[in-house]
Amino acid sequence: MSSESKMSKAVYRFACLGGIYSNYLALESALKEIENRGVDAIYCQGDLGAFGPHPDRVFPLLQKYQVQCMQGNYDHSVGWSLDDCQCGYTDPRDNHFAKISFDYTLQKTSETNRIWMRSLPTEFRFTINKKRFLLCHGSPRKVNEFLWESTTSSAFLEFLLEDYEADVIVATHTGIHWERRLSNEKCFLNVGVLGRPENDGQACVWYTLLEVDSSGSLKIEFVPVEYDHDRLAREMAEEGLPEEFIETILTGWWTTCLEVLPGKERRRGKY
Amino acid sequence: MGKKTSTQAPSVALSHLDQLWFQVGGTLCNITCHHCFISCSPTNRNFGFLSLEQVRQRLEESVSHGVKEYYFTGGEPFLNREMVAILEETLNYGPATVLTNGTILKEPWLKSLRKAEQKSLYSLEFRVSIDGFSPETNDPIRGKNTFRKAIQGVTKLVKHGFLPIITAARTWPIQDEEEILQAFISTLKEHGYTRPRLKILPTLQIGAEAKRTNGYLQDERVTEEMMQDFDTSQLLCEHSRIITDRGVQVCPILIEEEGSQLGQTLNESKKHFSIRHGACFTCYQYGAICSNPSGQAHRE
Repeated sequence: MSSESKMSKAVYRFACLGGIYSNYLALESALKEIENRGVDAIYCQGDLGAFGPHPDRVFPLLQKYQVQCMQGNYDHSVGWSLDDCQCGYTDPRDNHFAKISFDYTLQKTSETNRIWMRSLPTEFRFTINKKRFLLCHGSPRKVNEFLWESTTSSAFLEFLLEDYEADVIVATHTGIHWERRLSNEKCFLNVGVLGRPENDGQACVWYTLLEVDSSGSLKIEFVPVEYDHDRLAREMAEEGLPEEFIETILTGWWTTCLEVLPGKERRRGKY
Repeated sequence: MGKKTSTQAPSVALSHLDQLWFQVGGTLCNITCHHCFISCSPTNRNFGFLSLEQVRQRLEESVSHGVKEYYFTGGEPFLNREMVAILEETLNYGPATVLTNGTILKEPWLKSLRKAEQKSLYSLEFRVSIDGFSPETNDPIRGKNTFRKAIQGVTKLVKHGFLPIITAARTWPIQDEEEILQAFISTLKEHGYTRPRLKILPTLQIGAEAKRTNGYLQDERVTEEMMQDFDTSQLLCEHSRIITDRGVQVCPILIEEEGSQLGQTLNESKKHFSIRHGACFTCYQYGAICSNPSGQAHRE
């Protein structure tokens, strides 16, 4: 399922939000900043719940700021009340924590919101000033495919762009932002996530601003978001979420989901 | 070697060539493991080394196929004297993973490889095979002193900044798994590997292991019925091929099996493969057992 449109404007600016993971405080900070900067559209690329507290607090913000949302693997699982999040972990410890997070999120998400998540599209396609954009969750071919910077060859990205008839592919899912410019002014980027820090020892989280000028030239800005992470940590503790998750929010170092990281990305972290 | 074929075996199409493997060490190995699925040993020259030039040509050939990752195996890849140069060259094209027993790694090689990885966009992963957390549990399977030498290899890798993935075949009862993994982690930490990465594999009952355990039963095969509603991306042959000195074959597990050779070029190898082997049953059961956790295809 996709939505496709063609837009033409001297300069078109839009914001892409990766996984929110119930971090409604970071979402609110990001949306206020995006509003101040002025954009033509805001997209969220899925995984609205997970990890953080009070999953239902995300939805009114998405509506208030008219964020166009797609369905990530988490939204599919929560929406349809499946057994697990389909995040794609293989390690027993990673799966243990994923299960805690999923069970909590499923239990705390209202039926209205779950029904809404079922109806979300799985990708967005649009053309701006002749540049063809494809927004997806993991990859265009699989919702939970991890496209890490250090394990994704340029040849593979060129294949995706060709096969899916796009000039720019925008993904999330891994939790760490990156971009790669390719031949013929094509590009792949991962927008990062608002839900948790990037395993770099900083508490901030990230979203991405994209700007296309009349010639189709693309500017990308990865934007760090400061928010009240101490408050989020307190609320996570009050909700009985694992200490390991709270540590990540406070320190910026990943403590779980570590085994899917490739060597380079893992080495940058503490654990 | 070759197993009797079944007319019921399902056929799997290559959806995209995500992984390109290289049997870079042939079947030559400095040790002789009891559970080796291709009977590698110090005297098995059934498959030969791949040269740097052969690998380079295949890397060039792979670009137009949009290969995502490269894997190197053997035998023991580091018996190939061009192995360091091969990995350095590969890192110009994409991420590289080398499967080694870790017993013959030399520090100057690791120093060069670390530099190459730092210059590259891509990760260089070492998968080091150790099958027990002590000489008493590992050496009966992999050979005398192999535990000590492999741990020395791990220590060298860590010293040079790598985080090797310790790969163990599950040669223990499943009910002991948690205890054994904890013991593994403790042992690795004691030897200075403070954040060990582990990958546990099922044993494959072919090659040397078939002689030890009598191989697969005749009904341990994938059937058409089993493929209904099955995510075929779990099977390595759905997204991978391997280069050997004989041409392009289907997967690293089956190189000695009948029908595994698919052609001389990557284009020729893009044909359907009939998953009629016992090892295909293990791949079906456990899913993409040969891939790294970061690149594994996952059920949706």
